[in-house]
Amino acid sequence: MTELVIIGLVAILLLVLTLWKRRSPQQFRSIPALASLIRAIGLSVEDGSRLHISVGHGSLITPRSGSGLAGLAMLRHLAERTSSSDRPPVATTGDPALSLLAQDTLQAGYSAAGAEELFVPTTGRLTGMSPFGFAAGAMPVIRDERVSANVLMGYFGPESALLTDAAEQENVITIGASDNLVAQSILFAGSQDALIGEELYASSAYLGAGAAHTASLTVQDILRWLIMVTLLLSAVAKFMGLI
Amino acid sequence: MRYFIAAIAVASGLLVLVGYFLPALANVEMILLNWAMILAGAAMFLGIFNLISVHSEKIRHREKGNLYSALLLIALLGTFFLGFILGPDNISMRILLNGIILPAEAMLMGLLAVTLLYAAIRLLRRRVNIMSVIFLISALLILIGTVTLPLGNMPIFGALRSWMTNVLAVGGARGILMGVVLGTLTTGLRVLFGMDRPYGGK
Repeated sequence: MTELVIIGLVAILLLVLTLWKRRSPQQFRSIPALASLIRAIGLSVEDGSRLHISVGHGSLITPRSGSGLAGLAMLRHLAERTSSSDRPPVATTGDPALSLLAQDTLQAGYSAAGAEELFVPTTGRLTGMSPFGFAAGAMPVIRDERVSANVLMGYFGPESALLTDAAEQENVITIGASDNLVAQSILFAGSQDALIGEELYASSAYLGAGAAHTASLTVQDILRWLIMVTLLLSAVAKFMGLI
Repeated sequence: MRYFIAAIAVASGLLVLVGYFLPALANVEMILLNWAMILAGAAMFLGIFNLISVHSEKIRHREKGNLYSALLLIALLGTFFLGFILGPDNISMRILLNGIILPAEAMLMGLLAVTLLYAAIRLLRRRVNIMSVIFLISALLILIGTVTLPLGNMPIFGALRSWMTNVLAVGGARGILMGVVLGTLTTGLRVLFGMDRPYGGK
């Protein structure tokens, strides 16, 4: 029951901050990977190449769904910004339900850009059902479809190394983030710019996704400070023999 | 219509969340989760149709790699019909799984070892900073502390490896996971309240 109360309080904080952030200007610290992503978006529109966005293979009915949902939020804004490009962005997933949502999200991005008639359903793809099957299916997209930037945001495992390697061979930049620690270390080594930890969830706010996304960053910061203070106070209390 | 869809999604999400904590709503939560699993099963069929349509397009437009697309479709349809006629427990289906699919995945896993080593070597060329240097030195020390060295094991590397994995790595991992949990919580709440709607196509 305590957990439900905490979630309720966080939800209220998120709603209040969303309303407040609508009126206040947004200021973010610089994250090099997201600056590279914004440059890559501009490049893909200018030189007629396409973005490959992969939202991983985290099933929506498991606790791995959080990073996939964050990836979809970013896909929505990337689709909106690059829908007018000669080559539309391609989204790949390794989970059937996630691939349906990726198609829907791409369509939403096109619709927001006023270019719904340009939407092609096959740009949202399921490339495989198993992690390695998914990677094997996504590698030809990077290799054969004139991709200028490879964005990996979602739940990945060790197979993400095959994707970063395919991108490296084609001189395609990779920007990656995952909630899986193995994939995080691989993406740190294999991508030009890696996002670490909670930066995955900040990406859509940096792309201008709106007040709700900015508010959720503030909520995360507040909670992080609360956790840090609680940990420090607990350590001091333990040291003094109070608990 | 889209408000109606959002209302259903928000109500379902709230019922599942509250049902997780309140035993009185546990049955409703279970029913909704069972529906979600049935829908995920149905999504698999749609996913396969998506796979077929993507590769059919590639063959029709004679795109690069269309031969592989043709092979994929032949293998997919062949396996489907064999499985449909013979059943998944038939010896032929087991040979397909154990003789082709599993070795192919194992081969990709083997390829991963080389790929990771290559990525580690290229890291310093791609991004020369203090974090990359620390990353590589840590990986090297863990490797030296784990593998059997030609001149025999040096206990100091074993102890160092143990300290690095049990203290530094665990501390760092907990910090990262804490950030991930907070991010997942706020992302989940955004979807729950309909602020993010990855459904409805609008």
